[in-house]
Amino acid sequence: MNPQRTAWLFLAPALVVLGVFFLLPVLAALALSLTDYDLYALANIHNLRFVALGNYWELLHRPLFWAALGHTVYFVALGVPLSMGASLGAAMLLNSPLATAKPFFRTALFAPVVTTVVATAVIWRYLFNTKYGMANYLLGLVDIHPVDWLGDPHWAMPTIIAFAVWKNFGYNMIIFLAGLQAIPPDLYEAARIDGASPWRQFRHITLPMLKPTMLMVGILTVSGYFQLFAEPYVMTEGGPLQSTVSVLYLMYDEGFKWWNLGSASAVAFLLFVIMFAVTVLMLKLSQRGDQT
Amino acid sequence: MASIVLCSALLGSCKQASDSHELVFWTIGREGEAVVKLLPAFERAHPDIRVKVQQLPLTAAHQKLLTAFAGDSTPDLSQLGNTWLPELAALHALEPLQVRVDHSSVIQPSDYFASIWSTNVIEGTLYGVPWYVDTRLLFYRNDLLKAAGFDAPPRTWAEWRRMLGALSDPSQHRYGVLLPTNEYEQLMSLGLQQDDPLLRDGGRYGNFESAGFKRALTFYVDTFRLQQAPAITNVEAGNPWTEFGRGVYAFYLSGPWNIGEFRSRLPALEQDDWSTAPLPGPSSPGVGVAGGSSLVIFRRSPHKEAAWKLIEYLSQPAVQQQFYDLLGDMPPRRSSWEGGALRDDPKARAFREQLEQVKPAPAVPEWERIANEMQLVAAQVIAGRLTIDQAAVEMDHRADAILAKRRWVLDHAAASHAKEPTR
Repeated sequence: MNPQRTAWLFLAPALVVLGVFFLLPVLAALALSLTDYDLYALANIHNLRFVALGNYWELLHRPLFWAALGHTVYFVALGVPLSMGASLGAAMLLNSPLATAKPFFRTALFAPVVTTVVATAVIWRYLFNTKYGMANYLLGLVDIHPVDWLGDPHWAMPTIIAFAVWKNFGYNMIIFLAGLQAIPPDLYEAARIDGASPWRQFRHITLPMLKPTMLMVGILTVSGYFQLFAEPYVMTEGGPLQSTVSVLYLMYDEGFKWWNLGSASAVAFLLFVIMFAVTVLMLKLSQRGDQT
Repeated sequence: MASIVLCSALLGSCKQASDSHELVFWTIGREGEAVVKLLPAFERAHPDIRVKVQQLPLTAAHQKLLTAFAGDSTPDLSQLGNTWLPELAALHALEPLQVRVDHSSVIQPSDYFASIWSTNVIEGTLYGVPWYVDTRLLFYRNDLLKAAGFDAPPRTWAEWRRMLGALSDPSQHRYGVLLPTNEYEQLMSLGLQQDDPLLRDGGRYGNFESAGFKRALTFYVDTFRLQQAPAITNVEAGNPWTEFGRGVYAFYLSGPWNIGEFRSRLPALEQDDWSTAPLPGPSSPGVGVAGGSSLVIFRRSPHKEAAWKLIEYLSQPAVQQQFYDLLGDMPPRRSSWEGGALRDDPKARAFREQLEQVKPAPAVPEWERIANEMQLVAAQVIAGRLTIDQAAVEMDHRADAILAKRRWVLDHAAASHAKEPTR
């Protein structure tokens, strides 16, 4: 038996599992997105019509889809830099030689990541209650008018972003921490001897050395944030005035609430195309950055 | 050995074969907790039948029922909200029950509130037996009303508007009424009070541009414009019970389960300060929405006889009274109201009155979705983004889009009806 065949033999079980549980459903969903599969089709298969790209066409003409996409992009554009900044900041604090009780803080800052989103969202909903929440109470101490955090269409999304950043930054923090620890300390030593300020050390040593980590974290965070769902689902149920409906939330509503599986699959594929394009763009940009 | 393998491969079916009378009964929400207390008596009377109750959370129930249908794993019988009934009836998932009712000595259709019974009849076929009823009406603070010089709850919209005006003081965070902007039942109740139906042409198109619905929408929106209700969702309202007790709201348009909530959440001293009243109508006491849950048998159930016995048991007036004592769910039979705790309960009296005057929501599978869209558009009006007329056009537009497939199916079925008899 030649080595190549042996390799395939060992890979086969994994490939079969991937094929059956990943590739096949994706293909089925693609096929589904070309039909108007819904409640009536579920009752009687004769009510199923092939609509080709009709679902996509309709979605692109639906204001709610664009609104949902807008909310998602808003969430990604604001949430990703904030989240990465918070992760990097926390990682640097934890990595600092001055920091004490490191294991405790590492655990404490990582805790939100492993707590379930529903439990934490319920707590946040209380914190941001307009009348009784702690957020407005604190604002009240410095004489700022109460903000209707989750009930005002302009504030609901920023509140959800704050929640998501708090919930998720610990994960990236651990990755950044590993990246920071991999930077040889003698680089900093040399820079210090040359008289570089902490800011210059950060710009010229930390950032360049962390670049591969940053790229990976960036891509993971962007694709994770594009799949925004649980936060608005628990905090606001998409409201007020659908201002927190994300693309994935729209897909959930279409597919599992109203059982329009055809158009829900179309939403999923549109989201996939968008995420794919953004990831490719990010990779391209980072490569161009490397050449200069 | 082979049988074990077979059994584990066909898990559910083997289990049913070994115990031929285990009934799987799905309940939704808190009813499951109460109904298990009623079952021992049933199982004593029918030693060959065992009932397995499974509780679905309300938020996931709709999805679970459809998934069960798609996956061919429906229970023997289930509780089903009467707005969901048309949907499962459209799927042909439910067993028609008229013949069984005709032969039943327990279930007398004439004893049931007529509108509630009719929500179970879809296109001429009976699919469910009402289990408990639910309608939205007014909870009100009689002490606040009295202090403002009103000695009776409102009977017409005009009276109600006057009272709301007198009892609202937005600068003090006091409002006449709480109408959560993400619940469609309140606006739907007002809409059902009109002569114009909510859908037209046999449920083929929306009818929100009718004069009647616009009147209802105007009244609803005006309540927010005049700051007689705060424009908040039920997420923001959080704990409406203590706020009602504190006098933040003088009225609360809600359902019967809140009798129990108010009784348990407000202090004993305040229990005489609140009461219930039928919904005011445009010019006289108006209709409310005919809501509630029914008991249905699934077409694929192998134990329909046993399931029917359980439905008959749960439909006895004495059992319904016990059920009310356990949970506060109101019985759908007039004779169940004659005795027990319900007869003398002053807070339940308004419900008894209202139940003689209820109208069902349109019986189309898409109604729940249309009502959601209706409410979303209404919320836009409340936020000042649309006018009444624009909103009505938009609601019809959305409803017509949702009903597109239904129109096609109806036309399609009519065309092919000649060729092959359906079902």
